[in-house]
Amino acid sequence: MRFDSLLDSVGRTPLVGLPTLSPARDVRLWAKLEDRNPTGSVKDRAALAMVSRAETAGLLRPGCTLLEPTSGNTGIALAMVARLRGYRLVCVMPENTSPERRQLLAMWGAEIVPSPAAGGSNEAVRVAKELAGDHPDWVMLYQYGNAANADVHYETTGPEILADLPDVTHIVAGLGTTGTLMGVGRYFREHRPQVRIVAAEPRYGELVYGLRNLDEGFVPELYDASLVDARFSVGPRDAVRRTRELLETEGIFAGISTGAILHAALAQATRAVRAGEPADIAFVVCDGGWKYLSTGAYEGTLDDAEASLEGQLWA
Amino acid sequence: MAIEVRVPTILRTHTGGAKVVSAEGATLRELMEDVEDTHAGVRDRIVDGAALRRFVNVYVNDEDVRFTGGLDTPLSDGDVVVILPAVAGG
Repeated sequence: MRFDSLLDSVGRTPLVGLPTLSPARDVRLWAKLEDRNPTGSVKDRAALAMVSRAETAGLLRPGCTLLEPTSGNTGIALAMVARLRGYRLVCVMPENTSPERRQLLAMWGAEIVPSPAAGGSNEAVRVAKELAGDHPDWVMLYQYGNAANADVHYETTGPEILADLPDVTHIVAGLGTTGTLMGVGRYFREHRPQVRIVAAEPRYGELVYGLRNLDEGFVPELYDASLVDARFSVGPRDAVRRTRELLETEGIFAGISTGAILHAALAQATRAVRAGEPADIAFVVCDGGWKYLSTGAYEGTLDDAEASLEGQLWA
Repeated sequence: MAIEVRVPTILRTHTGGAKVVSAEGATLRELMEDVEDTHAGVRDRIVDGAALRRFVNVYVNDEDVRFTGGLDTPLSDGDVVVILPAVAGG
């Protein structure tokens, strides 16, 4: 495959079968390898789409400063796009994220403003909104409310899955900004409404949920619950167990959030087997495991890994 | 019939600091009433009238109850109910 530039190579990722993890001949799992994007995550799609739409709308001038709250992947993807398109990028990132993420952001030239660990990404959003108020000339693309983040999955990820797997019965993806599921969900509601859309969200340690009032929680503006059929909360133990299982049985080296998604996908597979129904379950591999090697998820016992991840934003 | 309810840090002022309380109920609504009887004030932080509050997520055996019947979600002995504030990702 030949492309005119790196940005032209975003998307069109492989969908690979999991012959060993699939529980039955007619209940099969398929992995959408989003780690094959230029910066190694599904967020390249959203970052490129948000920047391109802002350019088309005339919001960006050469040398402009972009601002974004991120726990990692969106920032890294934006840093790459910003570098190639000639913008400065400031990322607000929680302190309890892996050092690899900070190193990658710095390599692509982004500046990092740390936000407090307690409260996780909610705090990063709050700090970024404050900074945006102090710097009215900066452009915050704001992945949680930017329609381009969901639209790109409606336009690309959804059609790619349907083209590769016309008999797909379930799609399982992570829930962070909700962009992937909102776009893919809307595409399938329109084109194959019988396909079950399943969300897997990481359940972190207590520190991340913070001590603030419950009324100060955060639901991304993009989120529309009618586009989702089921939503599962997956803790670090199950996420790590499945991440390791994916590597051991199918050779796929994925990040920890993918383990959480696989856990939810396998639950759907088990239900299909029990019901005696055939199923083709596609799930999103958000990124590879490289950025999380220092978290301790890939070594020692499950107890060790669970203890190491306590308090970290592992997804 | 005992159901384990995991309480987030922010609500532990109502449970004497306990992270986990045990309660009973055939549905999530009944469970919330039972918890309220022993830990006054908890229910109103989670439920607003007939629905869950916007920034609170409740899971039964890891599944979000908004997709399983909301407060009418049926419960069985040994179920685990987790209450969490809504957080961002990305």
